[in-house]
Amino acid sequence: MSNVECPIAGKVLKINIEIGQPVGEDDELFIVEAMKMENQVYGDEGTVKEIKVKIGDRVQEGDVLAIIE
Amino acid sequence: MEVLKMIQAMGRGTGFAHFTPAHIIMLALGILFLWFGIVKKYEPFLLVPLGIGCILVNIPGTGLMAPGGLLGYNYQGIALVIYPPLIFLGVGAMTDFGPLIANPSTIILGAAAHLGIFIALIGAKLMGFSLAEASAIGIIGGADGPMAIYVATKLAPHLLGPIAVAAYSYMALLPLIQPPIMKALVPLEERKIAMEKLRPVTKREKIIFPVMMIFIVLVLLPPIAPLISCLMLGNLIRECGVMDRVSNTIGGVFLDIITVFIAVAIGSTMSAENFVNLQTLKIVALGLIAFCAGSASGVLWARLMCKMSGGKINPLIGSAGIAAVPMAARVSHNVGIQYNKRNYLIMHAMGPNLAGVLGTAVAGGIMLTLLGVF
Repeated sequence: MSNVECPIAGKVLKINIEIGQPVGEDDELFIVEAMKMENQVYGDEGTVKEIKVKIGDRVQEGDVLAIIE
Repeated sequence: MEVLKMIQAMGRGTGFAHFTPAHIIMLALGILFLWFGIVKKYEPFLLVPLGIGCILVNIPGTGLMAPGGLLGYNYQGIALVIYPPLIFLGVGAMTDFGPLIANPSTIILGAAAHLGIFIALIGAKLMGFSLAEASAIGIIGGADGPMAIYVATKLAPHLLGPIAVAAYSYMALLPLIQPPIMKALVPLEERKIAMEKLRPVTKREKIIFPVMMIFIVLVLLPPIAPLISCLMLGNLIRECGVMDRVSNTIGGVFLDIITVFIAVAIGSTMSAENFVNLQTLKIVALGLIAFCAGSASGVLWARLMCKMSGGKINPLIGSAGIAAVPMAARVSHNVGIQYNKRNYLIMHAMGPNLAGVLGTAVAGGIMLTLLGVF
């Protein structure tokens, strides 16, 4: 089980995954907007177990965005 | 017969009779700016209004730029030093100085990148400009639009047009200018360095910082009081936590609007008469040299700091010492991510970037003080 951590303080712009979806290391899971840039968030390989945020949420560096197992 | 005379009179009233080749060149330049902004998506908030201003002022016979004309009034925002402090107000409200507070050693990188200012100054003097003119041209290398406009207005108002255009154009084109320099000077392995998370900065520190900076900078360098006061006021509004509604607007929509006005004003200085001459070319060349020298210097110092810190600093953040906030930091981040997909350099690059803003302000303040003008 691993957490997908937010790498930068900003706002959740896009959620590209659904619960139960298998994902790879190179898949773009979220887009977080910060400093007028769209930042891609990646995670480990596995299946999406939980998504902890919704579009528009303000997030901090280190916040858990999703859990993968 | 009357109808013919009417048509002739209308024809003379149109602009077609007055176009010169210089106008056509400037119109093409305006369209080029639009293309860079709309198609290539480089800093559209700057380049689109800049292009429009340039096009508007190069269609003869409209009277837009004359005193009393639309652009004439808009330009007063620059001439009367109204827009630059307002832009700094917005930038301050948009900026999180945390990365600088957490890592004050990045001030060195903010200073290192300013070598570009002095190289441009020396180059300008060698090309025959006076000391005041050369200083104003040198500030282009700081990559801080409002600061460049402010210093140029005080030291060399007749050169404001080319200086401002050079500064803003190069700022917008940073993603084109910096990466080749960064890649040439930083070896592959060092580009991949992932930096440690910054220490958490407390709310109290973030509130004390702007207040402290106001005291320090205003006491030591009064000439730049208008700009730094606004920068720190905007920052305090953001950090105090009790003005969030206003803070979001000032750092967001307000800043965007004033940016449009100032960019149109700068574009409106690009009339063919002002612009198509050798002096402009010299300034444009010097500006490019300043940007490149500053980026290179910042990166090389960062490599030194990398070695001294045992490999903890990614040298790519050095070029962010160029004070174009947050463009230069974004460039560092985007180059870094090409080599290490999980490397989020943006917050680390903001340290030198913000230090660069203060560094440019200091450089400008020193020049204004030494030349006895403010």
